[in-house]
This record gives sequence, C-alpha cells and structure tokens, in this order.
Amino acid sequence: MAGWEVTFDNCLPLLILLTSLVPATVIFMLPEERVRWRTSLNIGGAVLKLGLIGVMIWGVRHEHVYETRLPLLQNIELVLSADAMSVMMTALSGLLWFLTTLYAIAYLETSPQSRSRFFGFFSLCVSSTVGIAMAGNLITFLMFYEMLTLSTYPLVVHRGTQESMQAGRIYIIYTFLGGAVFLLGVAWLKALLGSVEFTEGGLLAGNIKTHAGQLRIIFLLMIAGLGVKAALVPLHGWLPRAMVAPAPVSALLHAVAVVKAGAFGIVRVVYDVYGIETCNALGLLLPLSLAAAFTIVYGSVRALSQDELKKRLAFSTVSQVSYIALGAAIFGPIATIGGIVHLVHQGLMKITLFFCAGNFAETLGVHHISEMNGIGRRMPWTMTAFTIGALGMIGVPPLAGFISKWYLGIGALAAGKSWIIAVLVASSLLNAAYFLPVLYRGWFCEPAGSWPVESNSGRWETHWMLLAPPVATALLALMAGLLANSPYSPLEWARLIAAREYQP
Amino acid sequence: MTLPAWIVALPLLAAALMTAVPRSRLLMVGSAAILTPALVAFLARTILRDGVLQMQLGGWQTPLGIQLRADGLSVAMLGITAVIMGVITLYAWAYFRDHESSRYFWVLWMFLWAALNALFLSADIFNLYVTLELLGLSAVALVALPQKAAALTAAMRYLLVSLSGSLSYLMGVALLYAANGTLNIEMLANTAQASPATSAAFAMIAGGLIMKSALLPLHFWLPPAHANAPAPVSAVLSALVVKASFYIMLRLWLTLFGALTSPSIAQILGVMAAMAVIWGSIQALLADRLKMMVAYSTVAQIGYLFLIFPLSQLAQGSQEALQGGMYFLFSHACAKAAVFLAAGTVIYACGHDRIDGLAGIVRQMPVSMFAFALAGTSLIGLPPSGGFIAKWLYLNAALRNGQWWWCALLLGGGLLATAYIFRFFSIAFSNREEIVSARPVPKMMEWPALGLAVCAISLGLVAPAVKKLLGVGGLF
Repeated sequence: MAGWEVTFDNCLPLLILLTSLVPATVIFMLPEERVRWRTSLNIGGAVLKLGLIGVMIWGVRHEHVYETRLPLLQNIELVLSADAMSVMMTALSGLLWFLTTLYAIAYLETSPQSRSRFFGFFSLCVSSTVGIAMAGNLITFLMFYEMLTLSTYPLVVHRGTQESMQAGRIYIIYTFLGGAVFLLGVAWLKALLGSVEFTEGGLLAGNIKTHAGQLRIIFLLMIAGLGVKAALVPLHGWLPRAMVAPAPVSALLHAVAVVKAGAFGIVRVVYDVYGIETCNALGLLLPLSLAAAFTIVYGSVRALSQDELKKRLAFSTVSQVSYIALGAAIFGPIATIGGIVHLVHQGLMKITLFFCAGNFAETLGVHHISEMNGIGRRMPWTMTAFTIGALGMIGVPPLAGFISKWYLGIGALAAGKSWIIAVLVASSLLNAAYFLPVLYRGWFCEPAGSWPVESNSGRWETHWMLLAPPVATALLALMAGLLANSPYSPLEWARLIAAREYQP
Repeated sequence: MTLPAWIVALPLLAAALMTAVPRSRLLMVGSAAILTPALVAFLARTILRDGVLQMQLGGWQTPLGIQLRADGLSVAMLGITAVIMGVITLYAWAYFRDHESSRYFWVLWMFLWAALNALFLSADIFNLYVTLELLGLSAVALVALPQKAAALTAAMRYLLVSLSGSLSYLMGVALLYAANGTLNIEMLANTAQASPATSAAFAMIAGGLIMKSALLPLHFWLPPAHANAPAPVSAVLSALVVKASFYIMLRLWLTLFGALTSPSIAQILGVMAAMAVIWGSIQALLADRLKMMVAYSTVAQIGYLFLIFPLSQLAQGSQEALQGGMYFLFSHACAKAAVFLAAGTVIYACGHDRIDGLAGIVRQMPVSMFAFALAGTSLIGLPPSGGFIAKWLYLNAALRNGQWWWCALLLGGGLLATAYIFRFFSIAFSNREEIVSARPVPKMMEWPALGLAVCAISLGLVAPAVKKLLGVGGLF
C-alpha cells in the first residue's frame, strides 16, 4: 500500500460501503425472531450511509478527493472513489435504499418466508449498487456488478413459487451470459491497454489509430454485456418476468439496482473508458443510439398491451432506461446532461410507481389495471403519487421527466440528429397511451363494489410505512423538475459532469 | 534448522501416541491440528526472511541422504494443507463423534497429513515416489472406512489406480536415474538432456501423475471414490490429495521437463484439460446426487489446473498463467472442501443427498447452504472470490500470449459451472409441497464449511502476500 495512508478522506468510500455490508453480515447471523434488532440495523445503516453521503457531497463540492485503494494483484487495485458521476449514483442509491427499507419492513411484516435472508441479501444488494457507483476502475466495477447479480437472485426467488423459480432461472441465464461477455471485454481491454481506470474524458485517446478494429469489438462486447442488465432489446427478456419478485425488490431493481447498474455501466464505458470523442471517432455512437431508440419504442409498444400493472411498469422500464443510453449515444454536452440526469429522474419516478403498485396489491389485492376502477377514492394519497410518477414518465412539465426529455431533444437537434426528435415524440405519445388510461380508471371510473382482498389498515389508507415512501419519492420527482435550476439539484450535477467530460 | 522435519513428524507422533494411549485422542488430535499450522506459519516467516531452506535428514549429504527442501511453492502448499486439514479436523470431530470407526479414522487422518507434508518438502524424485505411495494408501483406507459395498468397490478401484499410477511414476524415475545418475531434482535440472530416454521418462511420470490427479480421460475412478467416502474424507481428497500429484507434475515441469519436451506436449495437456472442463461440468449437471455433482465438479476443475501448462508456455504472460494456476489450486481447495462438508452435513441431516429430494433445504440449513453458495461463487469464478482472480489471471495470460481460444473455454466453463450450481439452488430455494425434513445438526459441522467458503472468497484479498511467498525460490 505504498503512498496510501489511512485518513478520513481515504476511508470515506469504504465506510459508505461498509454501512450496508456490515449490517448485511450481521443480519444473516440473526435468528428469525429478532425483529427489533434487524429493523434497527437496517434503518441505522441506511441513516448512517445517508449522513456519510451528505459529507461526501459537501466534500466533492469543496474539492476534496475521496479515494480508497486496496491492492489486489500486481497492477490491479480495488478502487473506490468519488468523482461527480459516482457521487450522483451513490446519493441516489443511498436515498432510495433508505425509503425502500422502510417500505420493505412494512411490506414483509406478514411474510412466511425468512426475513433474515431477505434483509441480508437486500443489504448486500445495496452494497453492490454503491460499490458499482463508486468503482474507480473497470475491474472494481465488474466485481460489484457480478456481486449484484448474485445478491439479487435470492430476492427474485424469495417466494419460492414455481413462477418465481422460473423467473430466477431466466434471470440467471441472461445475467451470467452478459457477465461473461462483459468479463471478456474487460480482460481484453486490460491486456491491450494495461490500465482500465475511469478517467474523465476517456483514457483511450492515443490508441485509436493502432487498435481501431479491436477497440470496436471490445466496445461491442462490453455494451452487449451491460445491455443485458440495462434491458436493451433484444437482451431484455428477463426483466418483465423478474417482476414476480416482492414489490420492494422490483422497486429497487427497476430504479437503482440492476437495470440502473447496466445503464450506469454504459455511461461509464462511453464517457470514462473510451471517452465520448473517441466513441464518436470510432463510429460507435450511431449503432448505440439506434439500439437505444429501438428499445425505447419497442418497450412502450409492448407496455400498451399489458393488463398486469407491474408488467406494464416493467416494459415501461425497458423503454425509459434506454433514454440514458440514448443520451450517452448523442455527441454533444446537452444530450449528455439529458441522459445523465435521467439516471436520477427515472429512478425517482419509477420507484414511486412500483411502490404504488405494491400498495394497491398489498392493501386491496389489486394486481391488474382492469381492477383499478375508482381506486383513487379509496387510496387518494397513493393514487396521487402514482399520478405524479406517471405524468413525469410521459414528460409533462414541470415534472422531472420533462427536464430529461427536453435536454435530450435539444441535444439531438444540436448534434444534427433530428430523427431522434421523432423517437422522443413517438415515445411520449406511447407513454401517454399506456399511462393515461390507468389514471382515468383510477380517478374517474366507478368502483366495482368490493376490492379483491381488502386488508384493514388502520388510520391511513394503508400502513404508514407503505404510504410514506411513495409520497416522498413523488415529492422528490416533483421538486427535481420544479427546482431544476437550484444548487444540488440533479440537473445541476449533470451539468457539472457534462462540463468535466467535454473538457479538452 | 529442523523445522521441516518437525512439520512431517508432528502428525506421525500424534498418530503413534493415540494408538498407544487411546484416551489421549482429543489431546493428540487437538495439538496436532494447532501446532502443525503454527509450525508452517513459522516456516513461512523463516523462508520469507532467509530464502529457501534445506536440511539433510541424519546428516548425510545430498546424493545419499534424504533432503528436505522448503521453497515458496512448497510452503504455500504446506500452508493450504494446514488450513484445510485444520478446519476439517473440527468438522470431523463432530462427524465421527459416536462412530466406531473413529479409532481408525484419526490414525489414518494424521498419517495422511504427514504424507502430504512430506511430499511437499521432498527434494528428490524417489522420495516423492515414497510419499506419493504413502499418501495413496492412507487415502484408499479412508475411502474404505464406511465398510459399505459402494465404498469398498470405490476404494478397490481407487487402490488399483493409485498403485498403477505410482508404478508408472516409479518407472519414469528409474529411467531418469539410469540416464543421469541422480535423483535430486536440482541436480537433474542441471544434467538432464533432451533425449529419447528423457521423453520416455516424462511419458511414464506424466502418465502416472495424470492418473492420480484424475485428468480426463483417466478420471473414471474419482467420482465414485469421492462421492462415497465419508464427508471429511471426500473434502480432503478433492481439496488436497489430487493436488499433491499435480504439484509434483508442476514442479518437475518447471524445473526439468518444461524445457526438454516439445511445445506440442503442453498443447495436448491443454486439450485434455479442455475436455475435462466440458465433460466434468456436463456430468455434474446431469448428476442426481449432490455429492456426485460435487465430485464431477472436481473433474472439471482439475482441467483448469492443467491449463497452466499451455498458458505458461510463452514468456509473454507466463507469470500470470503460473499465478493463475496456483490461485485455482488454492481457491478450489478451500471451495471444494467447503462444498463437500456442506454436502456431508446435508446427508447427516436428511439421510440422503438426492438433489430432487432437497426442495426447500435453504430454510432448514441456512448456514450450510450459505457456505455452499459462497463456495459455489468461487467454483464459478465470480468476483471477488479466489476463483475469479484465478480466472482473471488466466484470461490475461491467454490474451497476452495470443492463445485466445482458451478464453472461450474459461468463459464457457464458468457458465457450465453456473448451470450446475444454480440447478441445485433452484431446487434448494423452491417452496414445493414435499419440503425436506432435516434433523438438527451440530454447530461444529456447520461453521467449518462456512469458514472454508469465506477463505475461498477472501483469497482474492490476500493476493500480494501469496505472490510474495510463491516468489521464494525463483520458480514464480
């Protein structure tokens, strides 16, 4: 560990990782009936993590360098560091983890399956997500990326039913094939370059001429590997099935964990490994943008015909996450801002929608859109949150989704790719076509009389720990749009990131 | 410095004393299991400070006396042996608690440990033969311990293979001795020339060792022997005993044969390795008993070990290949021991190990299944396990010396391993009606498996220290 001393700044990323890794380990050891211990560990870890992330955000603003380096092999290090991009992802996952933990505690209160196991893997899953966010080189990224696959499998199959086992099998097949392809890409790049550190502006600039062919193949391998998790069509098959997982898992999977890890990886490869200018020079951006555009439209079209609410949301994720890849595939800082800010915006909106879907299912037994008539009268708060999420997805101003789409559109025009405008418009229309009928049913149709399975919920329309998280995230999605120009807003961070990526 | 001699003598002494005074068994087993690893740690510290350590037994000089030699490779092997034997000893104590055969078990167990230690410290090819034979005999006796038909048949077959393997090796030794007039490995390295006699010796030696290491197509004896032995024995057979003959092969290759044989030999070994990976994994995927699955997984993983020969052939990338191979050895040793112990616990609790009959086992035995899963991660080669580090090093070696076709094997093998591990887990997690009923298991059987699995995972984090140790003696 030459040149590496133990200071607070050097340990901060590691500490943030440990705030969920340590609770995970302890929770595994706790006997099933120690509910109070488990809950305190979960919430304590989440709060501590949020506090540390707050310190990190403040520090990065004030030009502190936070970096943990552990030697692994000769010239391979485990690097956790805080650049502008990782701070954004870390903050998102820290915040959403806290809310999802609250939600999950209430959601699983009556579950017959082992909760020690659930919360253990749940914390492990968040550790991997934070590790992915803070990874300072491709190898560290790869490690946490695979750890994420492993820690989500037990969550997906948590219920142990035939259907969830089947979903788990498909999930494993897709993600491990993707992982193997990605590993090959990373190993190849490492053998070619000797270093795979993430560098703002890219680390490839000097090698384009000599290795253009190989670099193109490596790019294809890495994007294909990451595309499995990011659910790029045709690699998306696992995602709609994986929604059989319990609601908090789906929420996390779709908003910050698995899908977002894939999208984040694509962003990292494009900006910090290859560099956007190198990608442009190698002609890699057009194929990527075509894949993303196709996915956007295809996901929306498939969402139209789903009656099961969670399945419709799942196809909507397929579509929405590709906005991030699309932003990365347009050469120009404005589109970059649009893509990166959507990392956060999509997370906030989609987690709201999944929380709400979980509330409908848990409180009233409503799983299908056709059963949702008049649900807004029974559960007004949940339905309001759902509405904010859905309108945001469509891109109605001044919600968060509008900001992303606006920047993507302007960015496409600035880069001279007007066909992307057509994709954005088509996608927004499709978004409206599959979300507005749900809203209409919920608010304006007459209820059918009785709900499928209604459970008594006490003072509020449902358990307060189920209600507070979606209301909070809906509020955040609203504020991210309304206050987009204020300091510390997601948009402002995205601008900071874009400015650094395009610096000469 | 008599340290190496003590490392060999200690388990032997314990065996002798507990035969003489049966009531001292706990004391003897306990002190051997604690002191031997301590001595190995001390030896590691010594050679890291002073370099390679040699000693002459009885004071006779090299060509005549028995020489013990401890370089980085030897001590690393002694170290992994100490860790695994030490942890399994805990498990075995609970496993054999009320068994009538425990009397024989502990004597044989200490005998096996001494044979392994002696083998790793031997400096000449004839001593290697003697230790190899001792190791084989104690292993066969341990397999036969349950005295059931299946175990006896498997042990018989294992005995025949073991004897013919040693015999073939011995003939190779005789040829080398006739041509060079010495048995000492270092002296042989200086005098041996490429000649028909050397080639024939290599063929004999390699054939015998491959048979003992169960590289395909000479693997047929391994699955029944490893699957029918008592759990602690299965664990040590797969983790260490097959590695011992591989170790001899590697050492002779690095000092002697690597430079004297034609390059195509390494490629042929590579092809056999590839077949082992594929065939072993497929058989593991088809196995209907848990221990059979694990045993076939060993057949597959032995293949990865032998990839060291083609991958280290060219100077470019050979460093990575050698380290990768050793990492495979260490991480497989920990992971496979953990998996066999967990499988043994399953049999102890449920009375059988038919995979189909284990639905919902995750809920019944969370600790053992967690150990199984962690170790499985290493067998598949997922980060951050030692198995991943090994695979990463191999991939780098293959890409750097242009043998990219091995990449396909490494990745494909990983996917096949995923398939057989998760095939088990998709049943273990499932919630079907006929959930398995399990009787309570002593904690001392659950935690050692988890401990070894954690070792397999965290091996990735101690890589710099391992590399430094292996570097002593200049082979790596």
